[in-house]
Amino acid sequence: MLGSLLSLASRMSGDPTNPVPLRVDAVAKRFGAVTAVDGVSFEIAAGACFGLLGPNGAGKSTLIRSIVGRVRLDSGSISIFAHPVGSSAARADLGWVPQELAVYPLLTCRENLQAFGKYQGLRGKVLGDAIAWCLEWAALADRAGSPVKTLSGGMKRRLNMAAGLIHRPRLVLLDEPTVGVDPQSRNRIFEMVEALRSDGTTIIYTTHYMEEAERLCDWIAIIDHGQIIAQGTKEALVAQSFGSRSSVTMHVGATRVDLAAWAAARGGTAQDSVVLCSVEKPAEIAGLLEAASGDGLDVLDVTLQRPNLESVFLHLTGKELRA
Amino acid sequence: MIGTILQTSFRSLRRDRGAFVMSFILPIGFFTIFGFVFGSMRGSSTPRVSVLVVDEDHSDASKSLVRGLLREPSLDAMTHPRATKENPAPADYTAATAEAAVRSGDAPAALIIPAGFGAHPIAFGPQSAQQAKFRILHDSSDPVAAQVVAGMLEKTVMISMPATMAAVGSQYFDREIGGLTPKQRQQMDQGLAALRKRQDQNDAQSAGTGPSAASPAADSGGMIAVDIQDVVGEKKKSPMISYYAAGVGVMFLLFTASAAGGTLLDESESGALDRVLSARVTMTTLLVGKLTYSALLAFAQLTIMFLWAALVFHLDFFTHIPGFLVMTAITSFAVASFGMLLASVTRTRAQLGAFSTLIILTMSALGGSMFPKFLMSDAMLRVGYFTFNSWAISGYQKIFWRDEPISSLGPEIAVLVGSGVVLFVVARWFARKWEYV
Repeated sequence: MLGSLLSLASRMSGDPTNPVPLRVDAVAKRFGAVTAVDGVSFEIAAGACFGLLGPNGAGKSTLIRSIVGRVRLDSGSISIFAHPVGSSAARADLGWVPQELAVYPLLTCRENLQAFGKYQGLRGKVLGDAIAWCLEWAALADRAGSPVKTLSGGMKRRLNMAAGLIHRPRLVLLDEPTVGVDPQSRNRIFEMVEALRSDGTTIIYTTHYMEEAERLCDWIAIIDHGQIIAQGTKEALVAQSFGSRSSVTMHVGATRVDLAAWAAARGGTAQDSVVLCSVEKPAEIAGLLEAASGDGLDVLDVTLQRPNLESVFLHLTGKELRA
Repeated sequence: MIGTILQTSFRSLRRDRGAFVMSFILPIGFFTIFGFVFGSMRGSSTPRVSVLVVDEDHSDASKSLVRGLLREPSLDAMTHPRATKENPAPADYTAATAEAAVRSGDAPAALIIPAGFGAHPIAFGPQSAQQAKFRILHDSSDPVAAQVVAGMLEKTVMISMPATMAAVGSQYFDREIGGLTPKQRQQMDQGLAALRKRQDQNDAQSAGTGPSAASPAADSGGMIAVDIQDVVGEKKKSPMISYYAAGVGVMFLLFTASAAGGTLLDESESGALDRVLSARVTMTTLLVGKLTYSALLAFAQLTIMFLWAALVFHLDFFTHIPGFLVMTAITSFAVASFGMLLASVTRTRAQLGAFSTLIILTMSALGGSMFPKFLMSDAMLRVGYFTFNSWAISGYQKIFWRDEPISSLGPEIAVLVGSGVVLFVVARWFARKWEYV
């Protein structure tokens, strides 16, 4: 479904009446000797929720700041609805919700929304209506007059999101919007994002929580070492990495055996005392256990799991997403 | 346990560079600046009182007195304005031009040597009706100047006119004791002639070698008659109120402007700055907005300060509102620009705190916010011209103390507006660091 959407977007990219919400074309950014973003290209289809995942230091933040127009690119280009990033039109179409609580702590919710609305050029009734919509969307109408510093962590997060959407942009970049919030507030934020999707808003969503990406995103890109190393739907990514195989996770006790070599010989990987392998059928676990026992490994426990996004991420980057 | 607490406290201090600077480097830096400024105050750098000297007598005695005053080390005596390109040979001051110069703040006092001084220069005992009175025209915002000039006048009369002193003493002796014998009279005249000759030689020497060392002041006990007249602010109640309202006000304005500029650093740290700049706001627009806020805040602070001075200290505020508005507007603008610059050159709140405290306290000390300018040496006054405090105080004094028109504020407007514009442009240049990475 999404694949066809993206394919359609790609075909429509030359259509001035229906431009692609976001096109990133061969973007590169270096900081001295470090290449933070290394020739990244992708497009996002209208109405899609695009998950951007990557371990810390992968170049995700630089890419996000590039999309927002806060980075001078060394090469490549970014356009938002066919307008170059940083242009007035691109700014009007893009809503950015930064990871930080980028609101004025001493102002009330309404005053914050008023300020950010004015920064986006809204005035009069349009601004008033936008504030009312934001307060309703973020479930903050009853706290409209409360100073930000008196709000709970979840409320602050929701206000942070509302401030980025006050001008009702067609493309929204949500950078880890659920950091540090309780499960109840997280669910509320999911509902807000789903409401946006149902309105047809295109979303870029970054997170360190795999279950969020699985729940909200219909297209996922994984970035590492400044490059997009895989992208597709969740199912496609799993199939690319594991085919129809299931993953086996074995925790082993202290041993002199070279675990990495042992796992590699069986098409798997090892990190610390954890061996990650895959099997086509569950019965194949018996063979693995036998081999482990024969090689003197003390297997503490074994888990058989259908591969998910977390497995894909670990498989591709060799790191836990939240590491 | 206490050792661990000490260790963690010192480690934290060492790694918080702002706090570290505040604790150690800042006091040393401040002390060093003052050491350089005040430590060199010797000889010619000692504060001297400026006095304009007008000789209405033109007698030998008055000329001798003028020469004595010119070489008096504690006075910066002038008989005419300094030569300029337009006027390379300015005329000597008259009583009227000297008074005008005192009124406009060129000097805190003018000494008028009256006609008839040569005929009756001094008096032993009660002053006679024939004795002409010296006049000291005085700006009472400098409470020290008139007293210093009067004291130095008596001293100069005593040490620069020995022949005159002896002659008058002889006349006093004749009058009170019954006179000298002819032989004594002859010896006395010879002695006086020798004294006059030595006095002339001293004058000729001093003309070539400059001021002589100060001699101990004589306890003359009123041998000359002096009339001190306030010619500026004679009807005003509190001469220093407008001075301190401006001086203290500007010092705190500088701190306020620094804090207001610091909101840029706060917003940068919180991410709000990124968000604002990703909207339809440019860096220049943002800085102009912050500058306007800071300037309006400063304007309100100064207004409240002067209203308080009017209410409590009877400053004549309401008859000087146009001049006040001009001075307050330009001072607020300059100070706000300064705050923007401080914020844009620093990277953290801690750096801003340390840096601004050092600069603001130094500027305030040198610019006259901490103690009056009349206590400062010429060197300090010259350094003070590089501070906002000095120019703001000067402008407010013109308006509130000298009752000068707004048109007289040209130098203050040029300096404060000009420096405000330059500082803002420099601040904008440094603010590029927030625009892109």
